Amino acid sequence: MTGKTRILVVDDEAAIRESLKDWLMEDGYEVGLAVNGLEAVSIVEEQNWDIILLDLKMPEMDGIEAMEKIKAVSPDSEIIMMTAFATIDTAVKAIKMGAFDYLVKPFDPDEIELQIKKIVSHNELIMENILLRQQLEEKSQYDEIIGKSDAMQEVFDLISRVAPTDSTILVSGESGTGKELVAQAIHGNSKRCYLPFIAVNCGALPETLLESELFGYEKGAFTGAEHTKKGRFEMADNGTLFLDEIGDISLKTQVDLLRVLQNKEFRRVGGHDLIDMDARIITATNRDLQKAIKDKRFREDLYYRLNVISIHLPPLRDRKEDIQLLAKAFVKKFCIEINIERKKIAPSAIKLLETYDWPGNVRELENVIERALVIGRSNEITIDDLPFSQNAPAAALPKALKQMEKVHIENILKENNWNISRTARDLSIDRQTLYNKIEKYGINKEGASK
Amino acid sequence: MLNGLKEAPNCVTIRPIGPVEEYILEYLSEFIAERCNIKCLIDSEIEIPEFVYNKTRDQYNSKLIIKHLIENHPVDTNKFIGVTNIDLFIPILKYVFGIAQIEGNYSIISTHRLYPEFYDKPSNPGLFIERTKKTALHEIGHTFGLTHCRDLECVMHSSARIKDTDIKSSFFCPTCSDLFKWYSHEKYKQAGQIN
Repeated sequence: MTGKTRILVVDDEAAIRESLKDWLMEDGYEVGLAVNGLEAVSIVEEQNWDIILLDLKMPEMDGIEAMEKIKAVSPDSEIIMMTAFATIDTAVKAIKMGAFDYLVKPFDPDEIELQIKKIVSHNELIMENILLRQQLEEKSQYDEIIGKSDAMQEVFDLISRVAPTDSTILVSGESGTGKELVAQAIHGNSKRCYLPFIAVNCGALPETLLESELFGYEKGAFTGAEHTKKGRFEMADNGTLFLDEIGDISLKTQVDLLRVLQNKEFRRVGGHDLIDMDARIITATNRDLQKAIKDKRFREDLYYRLNVISIHLPPLRDRKEDIQLLAKAFVKKFCIEINIERKKIAPSAIKLLETYDWPGNVRELENVIERALVIGRSNEITIDDLPFSQNAPAAALPKALKQMEKVHIENILKENNWNISRTARDLSIDRQTLYNKIEKYGINKEGASK
Repeated sequence: MLNGLKEAPNCVTIRPIGPVEEYILEYLSEFIAERCNIKCLIDSEIEIPEFVYNKTRDQYNSKLIIKHLIENHPVDTNKFIGVTNIDLFIPILKYVFGIAQIEGNYSIISTHRLYPEFYDKPSNPGLFIERTKKTALHEIGHTFGLTHCRDLECVMHSSARIKDTDIKSSFFCPTCSDLFKWYSHEKYKQAGQIN
């Protein structure tokens, strides 16, 4: 477990509560006290407790009833029942109902120590399991960053150099270039790799929701805040927090974020206590933040905090030499995932993939390959399996609007054998406008521009 | 010997709670002074208050003793350790070897369960005094703010049973040693006694 194990002692006898608190504090645990079951339930609703030492016989609400209510609110909290000799039968019943164990009062000092250590190591195992799974997942995701191009080799070099540091990193690049994969690769190769990697898509959430998502909230902080909830900063404690689409956050959230980065501490929404922040921050954006600063939509001071090291991911159209490599890797991945025999890609299909512009970048290529494998009937991917094959010439269309207009007018003129009236009608403009455009773009019958 | 601290400006008061043999107090005084680089004073015996005795358990409530010491025996020095030979308990546990206020001033240890004879073993004065020294340093460590250490050989390792005390050494592990220095240094710094 990260941080201190938190133990709540619930007993109506003050001497028991206080002596247990002192004893547990000597072991370095964080200890809370409740005088009865009712108070315990209300404390558990507000805060998370790893272990609850619960007296069986208490006025108002006994241990069994309190345990049921606590488990309903906080199923992960482990409960140790405390009982006198006379009530062992009830304690056994409590175990059947979900208590971790029971202790007979007064305890042998090593009994309580042993029970608590059992729970702590059990929780550590669970956490380790989660982290190992996550690590395994991260490793395969790192493998997905593929590229032999010089641009990608530079990215790999940068990742390996910055990963071991704690520096804040800004990853830029168009949508679909793999910014989150880079963040995961940095985390997976850092000293924080055994701790959580928490990702937040800032662009997907409205301001208020993003605030509570990032910083968490206290019970009653706003309508609907029925329980205290940890935010992503707390979840990422000692690990890495990845904030995607950082260019989309509001100015208010920018201020909050700047404060956290400067002070290394924050408060939950509606909370008073300052919580230490120890997470490595990696952010990503597909926006031009320099322009956003000029437009007063992004704070310059925050930009410099975030952009200690910047990694730019080139668009796929600028590294076409990687397309074949990526396509083959996706074929391999999806053939395993959808459980089909490994297919090849026809050279003509590779050529078509390499001529396409890929506005959606690697993500688009990944989707195209998956689709081709699912719909394709032969043992290799052909141009017929590619969604843009029918419109392949469109890939060669110019991007500029004026250039596009010129090409379109030329095509319609050719279709109409240079009949000006018919062409003007087809283009839904008058003849004079058409003459003006022919003049403007330098279009002539031979198809050669001036 | 702790480095980094010159002579500590405060000292530890050692007082017997009920009759305790003089040589035990002298051993402890010398030992604590050496290990913590802090002066030790041995003061007069304090009578065991009657109300701390629990007839049902035939034991003495250590929490009540500490409370009694705080209320009736204020000390000028910054740490106080009471030494007694009565059998101590806290309400939730069957027995304790000692208790302390974490980051407080008062602590108390009992020699009752430190004698080999208590476990039907032959008398062994050397072993007994080693156990007493470890227990005292452990409780003093708590008063400086140290909590239990995972290192089995560190004097701050928890002693739930006597074998735990026998396994651990009478030294702080490197981490607890650093922490001890830090806590004591910080405390004096806050009090304006060192820079």
